[in-house]
Amino acid sequence: MNRKYIVKKLFYACITLMGVLLINFFLFRIMPGDPVSMLVRNPNANIETVEKMKAAYGLDKSLAAQFVTYVSSMFIGDFGTSFHYNMPVMKVIGDRVFATILLVGTAEIIAIIFGTFLGIVAAHKRGTKLDVGALSFSLVTYAMPSFWLGILMIAFFSGFLGILPTSGMTSPSLYFAVGMQRASDIAVHLVLPVLTLALVLLGEYMLVMRSSLIEVLTEDYILTARAKGFDDKTILKKHALPNAMIPMATLVAMSLGFVIAGALQVETVFSWPGLGRLMYDALQNRDYPLLQGIFFITSMCTIGTNLISDLLYGYLDPRVKE
Amino acid sequence: MKENQFIKQFLKNKMGVVGFSMLVIFILIALFGPMIVQYDPQVFGERADVLNPPSAAHWLGTDDLGRDVFKALIAGSRVSLIVGVAATFISMFIGTSVGIFSGYLGGKTDNVLMRITDVFLVLPWLPLMLVLAALLGSNIWNIIFVIGITGWAGTARIVRAQTLTEKERQYIERSKSFGASNLFIIWHHIFPNVFPLVFANTILVTATSILSETTLSFLGMGDVSKPSWGTTLHFAFESGALSNKAYWYFMPPGVCVLLLVLAFTLMGFALDEIVNPKLRQR
Repeated sequence: MNRKYIVKKLFYACITLMGVLLINFFLFRIMPGDPVSMLVRNPNANIETVEKMKAAYGLDKSLAAQFVTYVSSMFIGDFGTSFHYNMPVMKVIGDRVFATILLVGTAEIIAIIFGTFLGIVAAHKRGTKLDVGALSFSLVTYAMPSFWLGILMIAFFSGFLGILPTSGMTSPSLYFAVGMQRASDIAVHLVLPVLTLALVLLGEYMLVMRSSLIEVLTEDYILTARAKGFDDKTILKKHALPNAMIPMATLVAMSLGFVIAGALQVETVFSWPGLGRLMYDALQNRDYPLLQGIFFITSMCTIGTNLISDLLYGYLDPRVKE
Repeated sequence: MKENQFIKQFLKNKMGVVGFSMLVIFILIALFGPMIVQYDPQVFGERADVLNPPSAAHWLGTDDLGRDVFKALIAGSRVSLIVGVAATFISMFIGTSVGIFSGYLGGKTDNVLMRITDVFLVLPWLPLMLVLAALLGSNIWNIIFVIGITGWAGTARIVRAQTLTEKERQYIERSKSFGASNLFIIWHHIFPNVFPLVFANTILVTATSILSETTLSFLGMGDVSKPSWGTTLHFAFESGALSNKAYWYFMPPGVCVLLLVLAFTLMGFALDEIVNPKLRQR
């Protein structure tokens, strides 16, 4: 991989970042529901108080001045104060990051392991009932809205079987629990959301792994290996898989960025106290600084993971020159 | 590819035929269903009608306001289909134009258009749609617009790649030497050649658009006066149908979405195999 490729990709990422900042700023300025009217709920508040509020949040300055302040403060990690929580946005987000990382991380690991494995099996046994079954499964999970899958999970495991909790991250009765008791309580609450998210992700991983492996298996060097007399297992492990894994690596890198936003549906259904749910609540409360902060962070994540996946691709597949 | 040949190949593809039949059924329901079954979301039932299980009078039971769930499904089919198809039309129009102009003109235009595409690819789509829907207000046209404007970036990339290979063909060079204008070449040579790919992509984007509409409506951004399947699911979830074990309320709309999206996905996969000769050999 040459330096030109890296520099180019880095440059593009910076331009995308500027675009995101621009959209992010203007989108939230033209939203209805003046934030001051949300802050000053008292109808008897006099104009002076309202003006003071506006000044406190910098809403009295011109749009251009607001933009300059906005960009410079974004880069030092100052996302302002949340209207609703009356705390720094960074702190509000920071409190929720762990829940999302726990949920998404666990789901990703499960989805990657099972998706890759099923994809290999399906490609290897192409055309058999197993392959058709795996394909149908991924088609159905793709066609299903994630939130509805979550509802089905709740209906079955909590409603019908009555074995798992429906929402939240901890039981109210164990609010003050510590150590192992708290960990196991969280684990029990984690099962359904993780299962839902993993099922949603799994289908795509399986499909990509399958088609990538099938494509590699038609390459000439696989035929050569076969002619040399290697058995199926060696060909699969030593010759086909290393190349077939390349699209998987980039897909995983890319999907990590999207998944924070994608967890929104699952977090909403299960009332999981993560970033997705926070964003949904911020939208209901017209909490601009908070929304902007989450929007900025999720966009940054996708830009970052896109860049990583591009670089990874260039590194793993030397044929990529452009 | 000749049209006859195309139809023959499509009919040979099991997935395609199954998907197409399912879609035809849904279209017939959406077209004629609301004429036969009258449904007004503003008319609520009596106290005794609330959350009744399926019966002869109400085939799929009633919801938390005593309305007939089956009738709501029939009415919703029209909304879900119209929003999905109309939003896809916007996406395809933007995506195809950007892709063709970017690929064909190259240079600075290409660079600028592709950077804009990058931004749209990177912005988290669901939050962006939610924010836009909240900004514009929840009526059906705004929802169509929001889904359409956020979903074109992938198409633009695919069309651009195809345009790049198409414009290297010799006949394009020759047309140019005869003095054909850029717009003429794009319209008469490039567009017909990328069209099969655009068509296959359209079907798959429709599946995504229908899912997007359902999700937006479920999250409370739907048009309440024209309830779609997603809107019904929103009210089912909010009213606690889940804890009341009112399966007839929250199961059917989800199954409908699943089947409709599946119909489009199956057709899309079949078309992809036909227009992508590389896939066909496998």
